[in-house]
Amino acid sequence: MMTTSSYTKRVDGRKFDEPRQITAKAGVIKKADGSAFFKIGNTAAYAAVYGPRELNPKHMQDPKKGVLRCNYNMMPFSGTDRIKPGPSRRSKEISMVTEKALLPVVNLEDYPNAVVDVFIELTETDAGSRCAGICAAAMALADAGITMRDMVAAVSTGVVDHQVCVDLNGDEEHIHDVDVADIPVAMVPSTGEITLLQMDGIVSKEEFLSAIETVTPVLKRITDLQRAVLKDRFKTTEE
Amino acid sequence: MNPAEKEHMIEALNKGIRLDGRKKDEFRPITIEVGTLSTAEGSAIVTCGETKVVAGIKMDVAKPYPDSQEDGVMMFSSEMLPLSNPNFEMGPPKIESIEVARVIDRGIREGHAMDTKKLCITPGELVWNVMVDVLPLNFDGNLIDIGGMAALTALYSAKMPKLENDKVVPGTKTEEGIPLNAMPLPVTVIKIGDNLIVDPTEAEMQNLDARLTIAVLEDGNLCAMQKGGNASLTVKDLNEMLDLAIAKSQELRQKVKAALGMA
Repeated sequence: MMTTSSYTKRVDGRKFDEPRQITAKAGVIKKADGSAFFKIGNTAAYAAVYGPRELNPKHMQDPKKGVLRCNYNMMPFSGTDRIKPGPSRRSKEISMVTEKALLPVVNLEDYPNAVVDVFIELTETDAGSRCAGICAAAMALADAGITMRDMVAAVSTGVVDHQVCVDLNGDEEHIHDVDVADIPVAMVPSTGEITLLQMDGIVSKEEFLSAIETVTPVLKRITDLQRAVLKDRFKTTEE
Repeated sequence: MNPAEKEHMIEALNKGIRLDGRKKDEFRPITIEVGTLSTAEGSAIVTCGETKVVAGIKMDVAKPYPDSQEDGVMMFSSEMLPLSNPNFEMGPPKIESIEVARVIDRGIREGHAMDTKKLCITPGELVWNVMVDVLPLNFDGNLIDIGGMAALTALYSAKMPKLENDKVVPGTKTEEGIPLNAMPLPVTVIKIGDNLIVDPTEAEMQNLDARLTIAVLEDGNLCAMQKGGNASLTVKDLNEMLDLAIAKSQELRQKVKAALGMA
């Protein structure tokens, strides 16, 4: 049973299950082995993949499989106040959950003793930056030719005063007079496996499950876009 | 470095040929995107060949320096992002990126590009603080020149945030730009063997003997310089390098003006 919500119209006029406008590109960073750009609303992420390459120091190497190393970073001008360069507790945590979000689809067994480095840089953010980073990173890995079992998509879903809303923007995240929950989700949409799940805010079990149900087809559509962009890129290369 | 590569490079340069087919005094194709980033007060993405640099401006208020109580302050930073090149590693800024930021800073500061007096709010108490970050998205050499263009373009594109009770209202933009009155641009000339070239690629920079960055104003006056590299320069070198830098800076300035709709 859902409680009635006071949030009947979204601040930017979107439907409740409608993500913001998405732009995706592959091969945007020429020096990288693979790269991608993923923009959703006013949140924009670049991802570059370097590797598989030698992992140093050597004692970190695993002779059975490669290591996936992700680094998430917000550029100093990508938020409301200037962000001091260098890692923060927040960026370290996001880097870690990004790794976990991608690991289930990457065939690291193919790269013993090696490291696959993924660098994610946000040029502007308006909520949903870790999800944009994961979408860009998954595309960059595929662009680099890293063997993958499947594609990963990520988008945040949310509950604003008991109303499920897909892809909260910054204004929605900062609504204070009612309960707001933000639930970043990454999924392998073809199998339904959830590879990233976090939540901040209060929801009922039913609301949570409904939020996941609502976001699943959105994630499927994001994967379709990621695949289409990658296919298009390799079509161009062949010509 | 690979000595054979350098030998090959010098041999070609002696015949007037660069490995990517350019003339010695030729920049790679340049494109400039202005103000595309929503969170920055001003921004620019400049692409020059494969080098792609983003500059973003954030503004805040601060206490003025004791020796210049009526002047707004500015701060330039740069980082060699590991995203932008396989040779860059994580970690605190190294001397290379510190030099990039400082040389770009000195061109703009010493060229009096910014009217710092107009950035004073209460003398001795409160002034505007302009923070400029210059970051490569893809690094293939010449970060100072391309970063310098990006920084200047971003400054010119910026809109000041709203000020209320001596505090910046987060996320606001007024119609007012940053008070600017000059367009200094850095141009780097490098010397490989006996050859002087502009807009070096990463490979050319790896093989340079000496380099000189010259920040040039619109009237052809010079406002900052920085020599780099291990080899020395002669006065004859300097003469040629200055001529090159002055000529090239005009070309680059036209591109910046066109991107800003000032041409």
